[in-house]
Amino acid sequence: MLSSESLALIDLEIAKYPAEQKQSAVMGALRIAQTEKGWLKSEVIEFVAAYLDMPAIAAYEVATFYNMYDTQSVGRNKITLCTNLPCALMGANEIAEHLKKKLGIGFGETTADGRYTLKEGECMGACGDAPMCLHNNHCMHTRLTPEKIDELLERLK
Amino acid sequence: MSLLAPSVKVCSWTRELDNPAALATYVAHGGYQALRRIISENVPGDDIIAQLKLSALRGRGGAGFPTGLKWSFMPRAFPGDKYIVCNSDEGEPGTFKDRDIMRYNPHQLIEGMAIAGYVLGAKVGYNYIHGEIFDVYESFERALAEARAAGYLGDKLFGTDFSFQLHAHHGYGAYICGEETALLESLEGKKGQPRFKPPFPASFGLYGKPTTINNTETLASVPWIMQHGGQAFLELGKPNNGGSKLFSVSGHVNKPGNYEVPLGTPFSELLAMAGGVRNGHKLKAVIPGGSSAPVLPGHVMMDCTMDFDCVAKAGSMLGSGAVIVMDETVCMVRALERLSYFYHEESCGQCTPCREGTGWMYRMIHRIEHGQGRPDDLELLNSVAGKIGGYTICALGDAAAMPVQSFLKHFGDEFAYHVEHKRCMV
Repeated sequence: MLSSESLALIDLEIAKYPAEQKQSAVMGALRIAQTEKGWLKSEVIEFVAAYLDMPAIAAYEVATFYNMYDTQSVGRNKITLCTNLPCALMGANEIAEHLKKKLGIGFGETTADGRYTLKEGECMGACGDAPMCLHNNHCMHTRLTPEKIDELLERLK
Repeated sequence: MSLLAPSVKVCSWTRELDNPAALATYVAHGGYQALRRIISENVPGDDIIAQLKLSALRGRGGAGFPTGLKWSFMPRAFPGDKYIVCNSDEGEPGTFKDRDIMRYNPHQLIEGMAIAGYVLGAKVGYNYIHGEIFDVYESFERALAEARAAGYLGDKLFGTDFSFQLHAHHGYGAYICGEETALLESLEGKKGQPRFKPPFPASFGLYGKPTTINNTETLASVPWIMQHGGQAFLELGKPNNGGSKLFSVSGHVNKPGNYEVPLGTPFSELLAMAGGVRNGHKLKAVIPGGSSAPVLPGHVMMDCTMDFDCVAKAGSMLGSGAVIVMDETVCMVRALERLSYFYHEESCGQCTPCREGTGWMYRMIHRIEHGQGRPDDLELLNSVAGKIGGYTICALGDAAAMPVQSFLKHFGDEFAYHVEHKRCMV
């Protein structure tokens, strides 16, 4: 189900916790699985649960509770834009309008070609560099302007 | 700058150095000396706690609870596993200081956690890092690897019997995990839903074992206090508000960023450091301690000093030290609408008053903002807010209620105008 590289990374997560507490590694394991697969299909969640000797339902609970896991398919590039107050004060709503217009989709939608998904995010803990977005959960782009968005979208094509 | 010089930059002194995050930089400027001395000389934990109490170090995550007192709650002599956990799940809108500590001075946090492990009898620690800052999680993992290789973490440190392992745990997007018992649930691989208290983590924490949870900045301050003594730290700030504090200044200022200043520094000075209000605009309002802290009118803040006691006296909270500045162009209804959406989105759903009340408040503020407010909405908003705060397992309920109550208290006329005229007065 998962590559040997992903399994090796999951094993490193497991090693952080006491031997009888493998479930503690579920957040890291789901992240690693999602990075490989793009999003978390039921079979992937169930595989992770089995790998960690935990009930599948407990892994589902985690996958659906935390915002950064995707339990439905997303585009190749998921862009999560923070619109919370400090970002909004610095123009996040204008960035949102620009992104929506440019991609022709709203928050929570994916372009027809499967290239982009746009999401509205909550505080990313970097408000001094507002406004900001995350690309595929792990890469933060800060001090956004419409021009910077254009450059980013061009690069991700 | 150095850890050996008692500067006001307790946590941010590495910022101007080359390779600020490198182990070599930290060690060259006095890093890990306090840990080495404490462990090699077998300094009694009681002495360290006494220094922390003297320092008047108060929790930097939001609650401002005295750190020395918190450490004294741990059953340190209890045989068996105990844990020290660092709360780096920094998701309170406006707060971004712990990110910078981990980016520019990770080893001071590691040293602080190792000292905590020694005092509290914990052989293992975890640093729970906010989900959205993956690059910081990765760089902290590299700092841990450096510390292990150099013998500052691991088995039998400095040739003694003391061993301490430290690991990073990466969150994945849940504001509620900043609440300490939700964080523990999350560390155990579960949904982040807060636990009933009591029992408190000091008696029933991670995996049911005694656990102390401190904020990143709190733990990173410990090596400084061990180096220079509790009295020196106290004297940096003011009585009952020891030390310096990182303030994250965001919003309508010319130079948003982190500024570390002594507690008790006038707000006007902090604002000036951040370049003042942007474009020469007039200051309208300030949220002085993260989005959960009550908003204050600009003129009230201008008379305030930045410390726990003064901000509390003015009717708000110093909280995490996240200062959100709003100028005269801000519509307070729209600002509150966004904050209320946040609490509605992030409520874990466990307690009915919070789960239902946050949505109810958001929908009311949304309709007021969109010209569909009803005459009795403001009274109803206050009433709903009053029935959430204090009636939930954790403080997210209070955190959702306080912005609503304070925006209505100080800027009620804007809300009334919206309801009456179906449009904004700004």
